[in-house]
Amino acid sequence: MPIRKVMKANEAAAWAAKLAKPKVIAAFPITPSTLVPEKISEFVANGELDAEFIKVESEHSAISACVGAAAAGVRTFTATASQGLALMHEILFIAAGMRLPIVMAIGNRALSAPINIWNDWQDTISQRDTGWIQFYAENNQEALDLILIAYKVAEDERVLLPAMVGFDAFILTHTVEPVEIPDQEVVDEFLGEYEPKHAYLDPARPITQGTLAFPAHYMEARYKVWEAMERAKEVIDEAFAEFEKRFGRKYQKIEEYRTDDAEMIFVTMGSLAGTLKEWVDKKREEGYKVGAAKITVYRPFPVEEIKALAKKTKVLAFIEKNITIGLYGAVFTDASATLINEKEKPLMLDFIAGLGGRDVTFEQLDEAFSITRRALEEGKVEKPINWIGLRKEIL
Amino acid sequence: MAVRKPPVTTREYWAPGHAACAGCGCATALRLATKAFSEAMEEKYGDPNAFAIAQATGCMEVVSAVFPYTSWKAPWIHVAFENAAAVASGIEAAWKKLGRKGKILAIAGDGGTADIGMQALSGMLERWHNVVYLMYDNEAYMNTGIQRSSSTPYGAWTTTSPPGKLSIGEDKPKKWVALIAAAHQIPYVATASIANPFDFIKKMKKAAKVDGPAFVQVHCTCPTGWRTPLEKGIEIARLAIETGIWPLFEIENGDFHNIKIQPPGGGAKVHREGGRVVRIEFKKPIEEYLKLQGRFKHLFKSPEAIDQLREQIKAMWKVLGVEAILPKPEE
Ligand SMILES: Cc1ncc(C[n+]2csc(CCOP(=O)(O)OP(=O)(O)O)c2C)c(N)n1
Ligand code: SF4
Repeated sequence: MPIRKVMKANEAAAWAAKLAKPKVIAAFPITPSTLVPEKISEFVANGELDAEFIKVESEHSAISACVGAAAAGVRTFTATASQGLALMHEILFIAAGMRLPIVMAIGNRALSAPINIWNDWQDTISQRDTGWIQFYAENNQEALDLILIAYKVAEDERVLLPAMVGFDAFILTHTVEPVEIPDQEVVDEFLGEYEPKHAYLDPARPITQGTLAFPAHYMEARYKVWEAMERAKEVIDEAFAEFEKRFGRKYQKIEEYRTDDAEMIFVTMGSLAGTLKEWVDKKREEGYKVGAAKITVYRPFPVEEIKALAKKTKVLAFIEKNITIGLYGAVFTDASATLINEKEKPLMLDFIAGLGGRDVTFEQLDEAFSITRRALEEGKVEKPINWIGLRKEIL
Repeated sequence: MAVRKPPVTTREYWAPGHAACAGCGCATALRLATKAFSEAMEEKYGDPNAFAIAQATGCMEVVSAVFPYTSWKAPWIHVAFENAAAVASGIEAAWKKLGRKGKILAIAGDGGTADIGMQALSGMLERWHNVVYLMYDNEAYMNTGIQRSSSTPYGAWTTTSPPGKLSIGEDKPKKWVALIAAAHQIPYVATASIANPFDFIKKMKKAAKVDGPAFVQVHCTCPTGWRTPLEKGIEIARLAIETGIWPLFEIENGDFHNIKIQPPGGGAKVHREGGRVVRIEFKKPIEEYLKLQGRFKHLFKSPEAIDQLREQIKAMWKVLGVEAILPKPEE
């Protein structure tokens, strides 16, 4: 029988790792994810998890050690955030290029400067081109579940790409919620033993990994990574379906909320989805036809799901805790590209909110709402990008 | 007719067909190192192949693993420039869990070790991974076209330490990574040279057989970067030993009081006290070594710079507990 425990998302992530039985974990502490390696080292110290825990001297070495271990053919796990993830950047490309299904938990945190330990998604968003699958959790249960799903997808032979699962700093990492811990046997059945056929460092069958490729071969290698990410779309759907069957919790790449007759749909990710749904309820009571949508899978980008969402509404408004300096928010930019060749498309708006841990309040959502409503009424978008909740007095 | 056993196994792990420059001393080093490793694995685990290699970006990586070819007959992985030690840590941990017997060999150049890879190396040594780290020291970043590293000797020309009106070439003394490694008090640290292959093989085997981390720094010539004739590599490497430029030593368990010095040969007079080498009188001046190399050519216009280098070498020997007498060339 699954047990329910009240825990932080960091603990949920550690529990997920424990259930997935990685053989090697290499991690380095960083706020807000520090508790993940702490908890895992406790599991290892108590003999509850039979794994090598490498106490590396940096995140760069954490991910490098994971690459070494995964290339040797074992399941691996790590966790980090923000500056730590940025320090890993170089190796993230390499892990994906070498097709190593490493899974990593991220307590989504803002990047310096100024130094800030609180939540936004700039850290993982900045890694969107590395070839890692990206999941975003709305709550602590999702943090646990999505890590298990991440292994299932990453290790699928049609995919073989690393995957990261983000959960918002403090809002989730440090906040306790009841979480259902699945039975080990069911997880074992779901994941199976990891037996790679492409990556092993076995003296009995020597192979060379991580070669140099000249122009004659490099592009094809990159294409294969891209293609694998495309294939991941289907594999993710299958993994979600199997997860639901075994564990009873339903996941979708984009989860919709009261969208059916919506004139305006607000799209977001992570824990903000919870706030947004509640706010939608309030707006509905006020008589507005608004809906919400939560992106659970950001890479591969849910192209079909965004298209379906766009068909349902007159305005799509994105609320995102990241900014691509020099353009708009990343999610808005990706969604816009997705719809570029559609005959009919909704008006689209982007709201940058909650950077560096600023609370995204109903007042701010109302601010976004009034801009969105004006666009709907006027039938045009004046300014695609809007920063909401800015303190104008200190600018 | 009796057939003599070859001095080292005929098994090859670094296969012919790699793309290193003609006369590359580093290629020789890797070939010998893997042979020695294999012998050690055979003696220790009964399986000559019980090892895997993690290698940093650099000359020896790009010349040996150009897709779809490979020069490696052992399990081999390259990940990046600075992380051979961290990757090796991960492999070693995985092997532990897989119950696989054997040892991991990490290989990197002086850049991937003395500079960008220093942190990962220190971490790996301190965590006591069962890994031998081999630094092939060609004294510059050769793969990117001969830039200085912190292991480049004083006075040497490189593309980023060019001699000029205001410059003598590289203006800092060489960083001695073997001493830094030994400060981690790991079981075994050694320096070696391709000019002394049996000593190198012996040390690689010793490194491979200890339980825990080991570090070997091997001096390798690079005709391309050192501006030397292709066929003179071994001669030049030997002169480095015979003139005192390159010390051969072993440090076990970080015991700096009992550094084992290998006699330099070449007519040097070695004085011992209680078995310990305390003084070496080198017969050949360092100029003998310098003059064969284009990278030091400009130094001969500034004898003070050569004297400066002589002083630095004496100071380095002093750290090893040896008084070095380095002669000046006869006028
Ligand atoms: C992070 C990073 N910075 C720089 C480089 C470029 N780079 C590749 S190899 C190399 C120099 C390698 O020098 P060394 O380790 O001494 O090996 P060698 O080429 O001499 O064999 C440099 C600078 C890189 N690959 N990665
Ligand atoms: S540049 Fe030097 S180190 Fe590199 S392959 Fe050529 S000779 Fe060897």
